[in-house]
Amino acid sequence: MKRQVLRAAVLVVSLALWEGAVRALRVPAFILPPPSQVLLALQRGAASNIYLPHLWVTLLETLLGFASGSLLAFLLGTGLAASRTAEYFFYPYIVMFQSMPKVALAPLIVVWFGLGLTSKVVSAALVAFFPLLVNTIAGLRSADEDRVNLMKSLAASELQIFWMLRLPSALPFIMAGLEVAMVFALVGAIVAEFVGAEAGLGMLIQSRNFSMDVAGEFAVLFILSLMGLLLNWGLVSIRRRVLFWDPSEKAGPLAGEIP
Amino acid sequence: MAREVIAVRGVACEYATPRGNVPALEAIDLTVAEGEFVAVVGPSGCGKSTLLKILAGLLPTTRGEVRLRDVPVTGPRRDIGVVFQSPVLFPWRTVLDNVLLPVDVQRLGRAANLRRALDLLALVGLSGFEERYPWELSGGMQQRVAITRALIHNPAMLLMDEPFAALDAMTRESMNLELQRIWLERRETVLFITHSIPEAVFLADRVFVMTARPGRILEEVAVRIPRPRALEATAAAEFGALVQRIRGHFSPRAGS
Ligand SMILES: Nc1ncnc2c1ncn2[C@@H]1O[C@H](COP(=O)(O)OP(=O)(O)OP(=O)(O)O)[C@@H](O)[C@H]1O
Ligand SMILES: [Mg+2]
Repeated sequence: MKRQVLRAAVLVVSLALWEGAVRALRVPAFILPPPSQVLLALQRGAASNIYLPHLWVTLLETLLGFASGSLLAFLLGTGLAASRTAEYFFYPYIVMFQSMPKVALAPLIVVWFGLGLTSKVVSAALVAFFPLLVNTIAGLRSADEDRVNLMKSLAASELQIFWMLRLPSALPFIMAGLEVAMVFALVGAIVAEFVGAEAGLGMLIQSRNFSMDVAGEFAVLFILSLMGLLLNWGLVSIRRRVLFWDPSEKAGPLAGEIP
Repeated sequence: MAREVIAVRGVACEYATPRGNVPALEAIDLTVAEGEFVAVVGPSGCGKSTLLKILAGLLPTTRGEVRLRDVPVTGPRRDIGVVFQSPVLFPWRTVLDNVLLPVDVQRLGRAANLRRALDLLALVGLSGFEERYPWELSGGMQQRVAITRALIHNPAMLLMDEPFAALDAMTRESMNLELQRIWLERRETVLFITHSIPEAVFLADRVFVMTARPGRILEEVAVRIPRPRALEATAAAEFGALVQRIRGHFSPRAGS
């Protein structure tokens, strides 16, 4: 309780400092707007219902990209973890592709898939793909050797070992991968919107930038971070439910990534 | 003599490593009769776990043959229960679900085996813990769950690899008593691996003594102390003499 009050106080004080500094130093609003103007921009936008349609578009792009990228990554990761041969032939390309900044592909993707929803979903999926792929492979390989021996001693089939042991053992890794993938999907969608889009929060930032409406840009940024926070919170609550048995819950993402 | 459940004849095993083959077992011969409790003792690294993995069908032999109920062991079988050194429970399964793992794997039907699982859990003193998760239990309780899991599918043979090695001395003594009680009630055929000589003498009808690597059977010692054996039996002269005799094999003089 006391800590929460303190937390709110820290927020209020920093906003007040920001406001005070901008006014005292007479910083022009197109460089750094004071929080009061950002709030006004938020209010104005909400009143004329600008944000909601754009937010909906970006949310849809992110979720679709996240879902398709994660699904593909999970399936491919499972295949690569199951077969050393497949890993031998494909993994070098995956590593090569992984170390490339995927956002650099956004212009190409927009050329290939157009200004609509598809190009944003493809971009989001591409960026979300790798963290989950790497974590799925590592997770499926992480099953304890003794547990594998126990399953084998019961004459379990490989498929049973997968469903009853390897997949549950991999869940901490997969959940950590999904959390990274969600954040990355949002980045992928926004970058593709920057390159060329008809709607979306990224497009809105772009257009406000052209008209030097910096307070408006800050308002959109605020909405974006709220959205990212909400998406992450959703995944965390799923993880808590799925990984109730993992007392550590310490498994973090494995690889640093370039979105 | 009762019929043989396990027959090991001239079994040798080598591990292939980058630095050449490592012989782990060399010409092992032993038999275990129906309903018999047999212990294997030997120094660390002498190949006890290797022997157990061979019996469980997890590892092929380099030479020799293992027969279980007169059928050669060529791979994992459904009628063996294994207890490892660590409990090896699945943390996402409750105690009851862990016990029912063999039932799930071998599709024996949960409904048909639920009563059995509850009875077995009662037998090892874990009634009321069915819906708990492994991490909520002490080490001794976890190992009891592992023993219950090894018994659920009514195996012909129970293989135990130092199941109490990780427990403190007091828990270990009470687990020995408990194992004897369960065994007296059910008369499973048991092969029990340990490096504690008193534990082997306390529990077994016969003790096989192994040499250091590569493992061979040095001696077979019959234990004729009447059952049920109480902890006080470990103070008796007969008990001490058997322990001394086995220990003689491992004293520095006897070595090499
Ligand atoms: N996978 C392996 N690869 C190579 N050598 C191995 C392997 N597993 C075991 N060994 C060797 O075989 C020998 C026997 O090992 P094993 O695990 O059977 O010993 P143990 O008697 O069970 O020992 P402990 O009492 O310490 O459990 C050891 O000396 C070990 O070095
Ligand atoms: Mg061992």
